Amino acid sequence: MNKLTKLTLTQAREGLAQGEFTSVELTEAYLKAMEEARPLNAYVLETPDIALEMARESDKRIASGDTGPLEGIPLGIKDMFATEGVRTTACSKILENFVPQYESTVTSHLWRDGAVMLGKLNNDEFAMGSSNETSAFGPVVSPWHRDGDDTPIVPGGSSGGSAAAVAAFLCAGATGTDTGGSIRQPAAFTGTVGIKPTYGRCSRWGIVAFASSLDQAGPFARTVNDAAVLLRSMAGYDPKDSTCVNRPVPDYEEAVGASIKGKKIGIPREYRMDGMADEIDTLWREGAKWLEEAGAEIVDISLPHTQYALPAYYIVAPAEASSNLARYDGVRYGARVPGKDVVEMYENTRAAGFGPEVRRRIMIGTYVLSAGYYDAYYLRAQKVRSLIKRDFDRAFALGVDAVLTPATPSPAFGIGEKLKADPVEMYLNDVFTVTVNMAGLPGISVPAGLSADGLPLGLQLIGRPFEEETLFSLAEVIEEAAGRFPVEDLWWKA
Amino acid sequence: MSVDQATVRRVAHLARIAVREEELGHLQNELNAILDFVEQLADLDVSGVEPLTSVVPVELPMREDAVTDGNCPEKVLANAPDAEGGFFTVPKVVE
Repeated sequence: MNKLTKLTLTQAREGLAQGEFTSVELTEAYLKAMEEARPLNAYVLETPDIALEMARESDKRIASGDTGPLEGIPLGIKDMFATEGVRTTACSKILENFVPQYESTVTSHLWRDGAVMLGKLNNDEFAMGSSNETSAFGPVVSPWHRDGDDTPIVPGGSSGGSAAAVAAFLCAGATGTDTGGSIRQPAAFTGTVGIKPTYGRCSRWGIVAFASSLDQAGPFARTVNDAAVLLRSMAGYDPKDSTCVNRPVPDYEEAVGASIKGKKIGIPREYRMDGMADEIDTLWREGAKWLEEAGAEIVDISLPHTQYALPAYYIVAPAEASSNLARYDGVRYGARVPGKDVVEMYENTRAAGFGPEVRRRIMIGTYVLSAGYYDAYYLRAQKVRSLIKRDFDRAFALGVDAVLTPATPSPAFGIGEKLKADPVEMYLNDVFTVTVNMAGLPGISVPAGLSADGLPLGLQLIGRPFEEETLFSLAEVIEEAAGRFPVEDLWWKA
Repeated sequence: MSVDQATVRRVAHLARIAVREEELGHLQNELNAILDFVEQLADLDVSGVEPLTSVVPVELPMREDAVTDGNCPEKVLANAPDAEGGFFTVPKVVE
């Protein structure tokens, strides 16, 4: 059965179509792998009954020839996506018993296309975090270890459960959300492929809102082609999200393997940070060389406002979060803690329901939006955001097709290693990814090598708006040149 | 800019999050670390720059002003911690 879980999504699709195995067999193999992998804490809810029922229905459709693009493929769903009748918590205590009465648009697209739901995946509370350590369900343990060292490693965050589950063969693919790097950073930390599409490409309807002008959904997969297959299903117009763009969804799979001859790849000098680890710099140069060897043209570019992206993000995202999370009031859903009057009830409910990181961000957001500070902080940050976007617009106007950067400033770290530091140190994880959300652009993280101590490292490609196809073509070149980085030692099964 | 403990208390109240007296010092340090970090934005000249309101140039769509949903009070109330007789309930707000 082990063999079935090791297949890529694309191989599993082929095997199902050829009748080599059934969706029920594939689903059972994954359910067993999930059970064995509970020490990783990747799933916060396993839904075996739903999975098997969906798999049986898929097998019927396969038998009758009426199949969708993801027919019979078992997937994991980040707990930020509302799933009808299935507990959805955003990994927060304040939503511990929340059972949505509706289905998110993105997941409904996956089920429409025949996919099977295995369960809900762990994430940082309300997707606020870069290590999956802020989850009310506890941290996710990465399937990776440093060479000769069994220190538990973080899978990254906020989509840590998704990244770990895909890397540990606990699903054929998974959904994630990315507000400042929450797909690309964990993908880089776990040797998986993750793409955050252009803002507006996927509907946000039914996704627990964190920062609405930055949030986007995207897939995690073990290969570039698998990610292309998943994004095609997830993307698409939805009138229920007024920021979701009405334009056709291309067949991204066709872009995988397409020639990249003549593509102009920008290398932004501002991403070469002081004190950047040599291995990250080396990997970056290697990535540029691989693309050049495949016919791309490498050019140095300047994105002068890069250093301001992270501080601007830590105004914009908390401001939007403080507003979005005002809805958790102990009245309409979630836990309630009584108080002597309605205000005290709100205050007690929210004190008990939110963890320290979420509380911190709500308070920062409240402060920067409060009377007298709005112009100095929020308005200024939104102006800086214009400058960041303008940097990219100028590079694209010069003919640059995509920008190549490291995905993260370091490999994954140990669980607990960064918790005692000041919160800003954790935020620095997103220094290469956050610019992409600020400018609304698509970005893909693709595994490109291993660190000196044997942990995965990723490269990021940033594209023009709605040109995800270029990213898939370029990422496949890196995948071909670098090879894949599957987890070899399934130590948790011992 | 940095915040004092009175400001932390005021912000916590605005955010409707109860904070215990002994947490104030710790929270103050954390908030100041973040405010200190974002302070570098003050170095930038943003005069004449328009704030970004939408990353993708789309016009917000309009729809017909018509009822498209509703008649499902049990669904609306399904997750309420304390619903009664088809209503959400809150502690008494008028004397």
